[in-house]
Amino acid sequence: MSYNFKETMSKPERLAPGHRMCAGCGGTIAVRNVLRGLHEGDKAVIGNATGCLEVSTFTYPYTAWEDSYIHNAFENAGATLSGVEGAYRALKRKGKLDETYKFITFGGDGGTYDIGFQSLSGAMERNTDMVYVCYDNGAYMNTGIQRSSATPMYADTTTTPVGSVSNGKPQNRKDLAAIIAAHDVPYVAQTTFIGNFKDLHVKSEKAIYTPGAAFLNIMAPCPRGWRYNTPDIMEICKLGVETCYWPLFEVEEGKWILNYEPKKKLPIEDFLKPQGRFKHLFKKGNEYLIEEFQKEVDRRWEELQFRCSRG
Amino acid sequence: MAKRDRLSGNEAIAIALRQINPDVFPAFPITPSTEIPQYFASFVANGQVDTEFIPVESEHSSMSAAIGASAAGARSLTATSSCGLAYMWEELYIAASNRLPLALALVNRALSGPININCDHSDSMGARDAGWIQIYAENNQEAYDNMVQAYRIAEHESVRLPIMICQDGFITSHAVENMELLEDEEVKKFVGEYQPENYLLNPECPMAVGPYSITDYYMEAKRSQAEGMRHVEEVVLNVAEEFAGISGREYGLFEAYRMEDAEYAVVMIGSAAGTTKDAIDKLREQGEKVGLLKIRLYRPFPAEAIAQALKGVKAVAVMDRAEGYTNHGGPLGADVMAALYRARSQALAVNYIYGLGGRDVRVEDMEGIFATLKQIAADGDAGETYRYLGIRE
Repeated sequence: MSYNFKETMSKPERLAPGHRMCAGCGGTIAVRNVLRGLHEGDKAVIGNATGCLEVSTFTYPYTAWEDSYIHNAFENAGATLSGVEGAYRALKRKGKLDETYKFITFGGDGGTYDIGFQSLSGAMERNTDMVYVCYDNGAYMNTGIQRSSATPMYADTTTTPVGSVSNGKPQNRKDLAAIIAAHDVPYVAQTTFIGNFKDLHVKSEKAIYTPGAAFLNIMAPCPRGWRYNTPDIMEICKLGVETCYWPLFEVEEGKWILNYEPKKKLPIEDFLKPQGRFKHLFKKGNEYLIEEFQKEVDRRWEELQFRCSRG
Repeated sequence: MAKRDRLSGNEAIAIALRQINPDVFPAFPITPSTEIPQYFASFVANGQVDTEFIPVESEHSSMSAAIGASAAGARSLTATSSCGLAYMWEELYIAASNRLPLALALVNRALSGPININCDHSDSMGARDAGWIQIYAENNQEAYDNMVQAYRIAEHESVRLPIMICQDGFITSHAVENMELLEDEEVKKFVGEYQPENYLLNPECPMAVGPYSITDYYMEAKRSQAEGMRHVEEVVLNVAEEFAGISGREYGLFEAYRMEDAEYAVVMIGSAAGTTKDAIDKLREQGEKVGLLKIRLYRPFPAEAIAQALKGVKAVAVMDRAEGYTNHGGPLGADVMAALYRARSQALAVNYIYGLGGRDVRVEDMEGIFATLKQIAADGDAGETYRYLGIRE
């Protein structure tokens, strides 16, 4: 697929400005770029789990969404869009609708990895013709930075606070992209904001236009929760990829494809250092925590390489 | 042209749904309502309907998907019982607040725990304040007839609220009775095409559903739901009148059975009304002035009409097939007594909790209640107003 940065970025916005998301929010960047994957003229119904995105873009009586949009509750974005997609099939079958619609739903990691996991799993297993997009910022940011199963190990959150006997979240994060891939859906991809956004754009378009269920996991940093310098979001994402903390990959019809392999894998400190949530790891005597973190990143990276080497 | 048949309540509901041919039916099985989606899935498998049947992974998802489908512009529904309804609780409120006229075929069953699969009304009573219309049936025929009328009520432009069509688990859902079915074409014509005004899949005008609404609008949203509810009684009566025209069967907000000159009355919901009618017939033969007021429309609650129907009654027993844990009775008891109070009724009223978890109610039990009412009236004192029927102390 040829990619023209200027052309892609000049497409009409489908999430209008004037919404109330934070300046520099990764979630909003994810949404705008996923929606650029829709072909002009194609209609869409957008679903959304409860979270920052919902409360900040559809505050009655205003909506920032140019397309039809439905928010139902926190844990059921998958099932809700299943119903919308079912209605589309039924109305088409009965000759009541001519237009082509695409179905895309957005959820944060809370609504996707955790409370909405069952609903997501059901929608994926039924191969619902939709794209589920997780904008993964690694904590429940809307309620004030509580840990989720997407929160990385040792992160300081309000429910895994660092204290005299605590180093932050004790557990490692859940590998949701792999779990959804195990549902045997046609398309799964992991991406983030890199360079000219080609990776995100290509994967979005592919996810939207692949018949059946597709899942996109997008690392979408939250400046409030991660405590980095807000304008540095692109640098943070790049470090996530270059340290192999957040590898870029796809699973197409069960085939694992590694999209990018750093020439020189950077040490995990480079990703952790600019983030306030990992500040405690850099205290004297805590070097072993960084070593543990590095070991986990290495283990996962090797596992991914192995999966991709098998194709 | 009516067809006579022998059907269980679940099968009767499934047949009504086949005749309605809804657009989307997401479902998850739970006893005793499981047969409804089962029968319906066979209609789908045999091309008898062109509904999108979505076998979801939970009741929370069945209601969520029904909401998505209805918002998208489809006629949708689901079926459930007991814990399934409890699991949907959050979604019930969302369906109502979005003013989505979807239907729920509810087969009443006790809530856990202890886990119990038999009939009582604790499931739907727990949902009574969710903003849904609730209509109850005494028998299989009524369950079928109520289902046929459901969308006409829910989708009415002055209403636009979700509707729960309730019947008693096992007692009517599984028991086979003789009944009359309408012709497919008659039902199709009666129900009509669904024509939503605003919906997600309207190519002419996109729509946003499910906003965040803070203190400046939330209360108006709730008041608007209440406005829809205010029109329900009238719509229910109009739809019933039209239904009588095609079926010959008459329905109201409730059924007043031998109430004309009744001095002692029972108010109840559901299948035990049949048992009560037997008791009444027997007592009437002995010259007792006894009657029954069987609730059909429970939400909204037709308080004025009920108080009017109970005018002249000396003593009344309100029968609740659900606990309220208020220490003074169940939900129907509270509603009926409030209606009597507002109407400045002088009737002495007691409230019985009965039939929980499928506990049987016999004709003799109801005869005993009428005897108690007669005694209460003679004493001029209701005594303890919060009572249990047939409990082993």
